[in-house]
Amino acid sequence: MKKISLEKLNALFAEIAETKALYLPVDTETGAQYQKWEEGKTLSSALNTVRSAKDFFFPQTESLVHFKVEGKKIEIMDVRDEGAPFVIFGVRGCDVKSFELLDRVFLQDPVDTYYQNRRNNAIIVSLACSEPEETCFCHSFGISAADPAGDVTAWIKDGEIIFRANTEKGEQLLAPLPLEEGGEAKAEEARSEIEAITKKLPLQNLPLEKFKAENLMDFFNDPKWASLSQSCLGCGTCTFVCPTCHCFDIRDFDTGHGVQRFRCWDSCMYRDFSQMAAANPRLSQLERFRQRFMHKLVYYPANHEGRFLCVGCGRCLSRCPISMDIVKVIKELGGERDAK
Amino acid sequence: MQEVIKQKAIELLSSGKADRVLGWKEGEFFYDITPAVFTDVKEIEEKFVYNAFCGPNFSKYLVAESRKDGKIAVFLKPCDTYSFQQLLKEHRILRDKVYAVGIPCDGMVDIEKIRQKKIKGITGVTEAGEVLQIDTIYGKKEVAKKDVLAERCENCKSKKHVVYDELIGEEGDVLDSHRFDLVEKIEAMSEEERFAFWQNELSRCIRCNACRNVCPACTCEKCVFDNPASGIDQKAAADSFEEKMFHIIRAFHVAGRCTDCGECSRVCPQNIPLHLLNRKFIKDINEFYGEYQAGADMETRAPLTDYQTDDCEPSVILTKGDQ
Repeated sequence: MKKISLEKLNALFAEIAETKALYLPVDTETGAQYQKWEEGKTLSSALNTVRSAKDFFFPQTESLVHFKVEGKKIEIMDVRDEGAPFVIFGVRGCDVKSFELLDRVFLQDPVDTYYQNRRNNAIIVSLACSEPEETCFCHSFGISAADPAGDVTAWIKDGEIIFRANTEKGEQLLAPLPLEEGGEAKAEEARSEIEAITKKLPLQNLPLEKFKAENLMDFFNDPKWASLSQSCLGCGTCTFVCPTCHCFDIRDFDTGHGVQRFRCWDSCMYRDFSQMAAANPRLSQLERFRQRFMHKLVYYPANHEGRFLCVGCGRCLSRCPISMDIVKVIKELGGERDAK
Repeated sequence: MQEVIKQKAIELLSSGKADRVLGWKEGEFFYDITPAVFTDVKEIEEKFVYNAFCGPNFSKYLVAESRKDGKIAVFLKPCDTYSFQQLLKEHRILRDKVYAVGIPCDGMVDIEKIRQKKIKGITGVTEAGEVLQIDTIYGKKEVAKKDVLAERCENCKSKKHVVYDELIGEEGDVLDSHRFDLVEKIEAMSEEERFAFWQNELSRCIRCNACRNVCPACTCEKCVFDNPASGIDQKAAADSFEEKMFHIIRAFHVAGRCTDCGECSRVCPQNIPLHLLNRKFIKDINEFYGEYQAGADMETRAPLTDYQTDDCEPSVILTKGDQ
């Protein structure tokens, strides 16, 4: 492992930014958000960013292809940008896990090359959570807040930041940096402290056992969806702050002399989601609400060896306008059902 | 107060005065309450709450709820009654299907403001007079309630219930608030400063539509922004201009009908002060046509849909714009 004094962290950022674009959570008046590092910007002390880190790989909008029309001639312009390597510093364990879950969607055949480009270019430095919030429940999904994944894992402890490279990319990032050797003991201390806090968190160990493919129809037909979805506003807040929600729409923008085809985030909570000739096949908010949670808790696990499409980051818990979130759904539906 | 209201809910349901009760349901923590329709006395006994985190305005739910079978009882805080009455005026709620109970409100707390005080891991909150005692994973904390009130409650416009079938507690008064102070500051900015202010705020918009979907003045069956036939439906802003247009157009659509309930800013996941756009319209209407509060009564015609011979001339507005 390697370490450096926190006082030298900004100098370290400057060093990294010499060769690569560096992004990190920065405090703003309205919460932490990822920003490109430049002189004067410092690492946020907030637990997590308001928007998730999925934006780096799956931006809210992006151009896919442009068509230029001149008379009967149509020119197709590939607007893809190969990009350059960049570093995301300070990603929490939950968000790091979300990348793996998104990879299983976008990197499956047929590979989404737009996503793949950005993913290949990224070097992820994760940061262990020193002060988890009450809304955190990553532990329920087997994620460690104390020892997050990523190309490099970092811990902050007693005025020092300790790094451990987990991949070749990570080693290459750390190698040229002016770091000292050591820090194992402190990292271990930080790890056990965080694990002790994790045990005290109120939302650990949610009743997830029954969310299995074989119970699909039972969950689908559960009458409790009615009361759970009753006051849902049908907005897209939960889907847009979620690090794992990944549905999108593709639209054409008529420029007058051609077309710009773009992709943008979409939300299954919206009533024009997957609109077909007649309408959205899910006519009521109950159906749309159910779809979101069935996807996360039953459909995705059925297709991905039992992995849930939730990382327990708690963003939906703190952002839903009516405080109806995945924890309440899991507790309500997962609690009393007879296991099959 | 919670007990009194809870007992009222039970009474309304068991006496048959109401078939359903719209109230607040407790969550995992003290602060994450959810609006819920109760049909069962036992559920009310166990889950019904009324505390400083019961911000949601129920009026808009009544558009759909009043069209269901039977009668629904609803608890309305003073500011909620303005939205309720505005919707009655617009014939969006069927009045005889609703039993409205006015309840007192000492101001609602914004959990975000508690978090901004670096209080982490909040597992419970107890109200002890003017002080909130907060249990956290990292020990006990205390904050003064007035320091963490929601913006709309800091600038509360009225403690008066403008419409109800029954009132719990004492009736309050319309208050002198400072709600236009920030609007005045923005008006005093130069054009460039003002543009930069809104650019900065609105650039954070993620188009989740929470502001629109929660807004009691936005009750169109199909919003123009959701309608593929409108030609301007959009799930994403094509450029930074469109991003602003959504909010500006929405503010225009609700001008003269917005009661300033503040739900738009409460629900915004990006903390954009959207209510300021609406307040600007309210302030302008007050200045051009005389004081007008949407939802305050059932009779007054709204200035923007009414013609009076002494209405101000467009030139007045143009002149003001030039200032």
